[in-house]
Amino acid sequence: MGDIYSALVDIVGKEWVSSQKEERYLYGRDPGLTLPHEPDYVVMPRTAEEVQKIVRLANEEKIPLVPKGGGLALTGLVIPQKGGIVLDMKRMDRIVEVNEKARYVIVEAGVTHGVLKSHLERHYPHLRHSIPDSPPIATVVGNAVIHGQGRLAQQYGFNSDLVSGLEVVLPTGEICRLGSCSLSPYWFSRGAPLPDLTGLFLGWFGTTGVITRLALRLYPAKKMRDVMVFLADKGEQVPDILLRLVHTEMVEDLLVNFQPLPIMLQGNYNMLMYITGDTEEEMEFKRKMLWETLWDYFESRDGGFMSVPEIMKSPYLAMPSKDTTRFADVRKGGGFEYSGPIIPLEKYPDFVRKTEELAEKYRLAYSTIGRVIAAGHCMMFAFAFSFNRADPDEMARVKEALHEAARFSIEQGGVPWKPNVSEQKLIMERMDPVTLRLMKLVKQSLDPSGIMNPGNWEMP
Amino acid sequence: MMQLNFDPDRCAACPTQDCLVRCQYLRLDRDTAKAEMEKIISGKDSFVLHDCATCYACEEYCPMGNHPFYLIVERQEAKGILPAPRPVIKMWINQCKPVGKFQVGQLQERVLSFCFLPQSFFLATGKLFEGIASSYIYGQEFFCNAVYLHFARMSVIKERLPRVIENIRSQGIKELICLHDECYGTFNSLAQAYGIKVPFKTVHYFEYLNDRLKELKDEIKPLNVRAAYFRNCSARLSPGTEHFVDDIFRRIGVERVEREYDHENALCCAEIIRMSQGYKLADDVQKRYLDDMVNAGAEYCAFNCPMCQLSVGEKVARRGLKPVHIIELCQMALGEKPVPEG
Repeated sequence: MGDIYSALVDIVGKEWVSSQKEERYLYGRDPGLTLPHEPDYVVMPRTAEEVQKIVRLANEEKIPLVPKGGGLALTGLVIPQKGGIVLDMKRMDRIVEVNEKARYVIVEAGVTHGVLKSHLERHYPHLRHSIPDSPPIATVVGNAVIHGQGRLAQQYGFNSDLVSGLEVVLPTGEICRLGSCSLSPYWFSRGAPLPDLTGLFLGWFGTTGVITRLALRLYPAKKMRDVMVFLADKGEQVPDILLRLVHTEMVEDLLVNFQPLPIMLQGNYNMLMYITGDTEEEMEFKRKMLWETLWDYFESRDGGFMSVPEIMKSPYLAMPSKDTTRFADVRKGGGFEYSGPIIPLEKYPDFVRKTEELAEKYRLAYSTIGRVIAAGHCMMFAFAFSFNRADPDEMARVKEALHEAARFSIEQGGVPWKPNVSEQKLIMERMDPVTLRLMKLVKQSLDPSGIMNPGNWEMP
Repeated sequence: MMQLNFDPDRCAACPTQDCLVRCQYLRLDRDTAKAEMEKIISGKDSFVLHDCATCYACEEYCPMGNHPFYLIVERQEAKGILPAPRPVIKMWINQCKPVGKFQVGQLQERVLSFCFLPQSFFLATGKLFEGIASSYIYGQEFFCNAVYLHFARMSVIKERLPRVIENIRSQGIKELICLHDECYGTFNSLAQAYGIKVPFKTVHYFEYLNDRLKELKDEIKPLNVRAAYFRNCSARLSPGTEHFVDDIFRRIGVERVEREYDHENALCCAEIIRMSQGYKLADDVQKRYLDDMVNAGAEYCAFNCPMCQLSVGEKVARRGLKPVHIIELCQMALGEKPVPEG
């Protein structure tokens, strides 16, 4: 063990390696409910070459290696289940290039969404990226690896869909570029017209390699942005309402909340639709189109727009939204976790009913959030529960509720998003065996020593 | 059970049927107005119940001292007519439900009612409120609840208003200065129409401002500006306070511009109309109201209701008018708030 520490010091320098109790304690847990497990070492590389050396060392020593970004997935994905080295990527924090004309940004693995947002606002105010509603310290790479969704998800899909190139250190130590950047100086495409190999690394939670650079597509930042709120109280009408809004092709982000608190929201499905434009005329046209598309719900009195004074829109317009943080402290203990399956939009009402049932059964404070993805092809649905970290009984109940939620999601045709280890097992049990075998082949080919984030995606 | 003091005989003897004839949204002739009011009184259905924009104006137009608007609201609710979408009504009823989070300042005999409008904390400052600013009540427990007139929920008002009055009484308050115009209207019109006793004196903040400006007259620097008064729905419940606007304006050197949509012919912020009748009517009302102010040469748009200011202040500014609350206008004249440039 002492040799590994020295070898890591040789690679990155003494100040960027630790095997001290304090670091091992912190890197052994996340804000969710997964039981802690400490690493043996924490190391912070600065370059892809340093990552390469660390990977080679881990291969030689057959020691687990867990790449970590912001560590905010909540489902224990970067808790080192079998110890080893946590590879904290935060020092690789350079924004390498913004290509204004091809509209992409190349970032190193430690660049956060907050930093990228500020950088674009300051230097490229006409461009924006799809920022997720996680805290701003979430990394761009980490979010793409877990198939996160951002504020442009309704229009353009998962953040992993917006990746236009990767640089990866393979588990055997080679540095590899995927996409147009494998033969061109431009990172405009992740695959087409070549075979798309980025899928070997996205959604694998660091079990197939370490992403060191990523190109992300950028989109126009309009001068004006507004939110409209539509209320309905019949869950079965929600999918149709959402699809009508999608049909207008005027909504950049579309969310639906159903939650008992704050009391103002109780009993209603609160649909938030975001529009952007460069002129007041364009905005007004879009507002009217959205009104018109839901006019018969309005006339039947089944649904209506809420007037929101402009000054009161700021919480809705904040990017990222602070709602999740607020909800996390409803129980005054700072605990929060959700199961966020990706589901067919038509199943939304069943998922809300299930959340209510679980909240009652396990006596929990709940909130639900639905985000429409890629023109309604699917939706992220969050069964969210907050808990008091000082109350182990409540934490156990949340854990049971989330597990039941995950089983329900799969039974209903959904797929758990950023699944924890037990949810990964549920998925693999029900997965087409040929698909599972293919995944195993991929994993074995890329990581023959089985060093990468072991415990996750461990095929039987 | 609280009964509305509405006298059908007085209505039958009405020479004008102004309640509906002057309505800015229905525009009925006298015969139709009379026939429809008879239907409403007798509990029959009427298109008026369905098409009412809930602007409160008929309550002011009635020359017989009856309460046509309250009757309309009662009948709408009895018939299950929804003036706004059901979820919107639900949201409003939830929003102002008492939840025990009220605030009570250091109460004196005279107390400011901030209703459930947090903006009041920012308005009630400076010399105008010297010695009284900390004597306030605020929160859902003190919220007048008249807003449910817009949503055909007189039942909510009947349930909550007596509790609100009791909450105020139980604080030992003898005199309540209402910073929200709608509270004053509730205690002096709505409560009286239902025979609900209000065991404390109520003062409209217009009257309070006027008195304070008299006391502070040596410190006033006339503003010498022209302003349009943004009259609001609940001003219909206390038309007797309207003259104070002129008194206040005169004291601070503000000219109230002559307009088509002022006084009894005023429009409103139309944000409730947006939720209940849709964007087309709301946009039309707002446009006419603001066009009228701009065409009259107003520099300022002086709000009475903080909610109106919150709802349309930015639209007002986009039309080149300066949106201010009447209290802010007074504070400008006292040199406590900067006079906006341009």
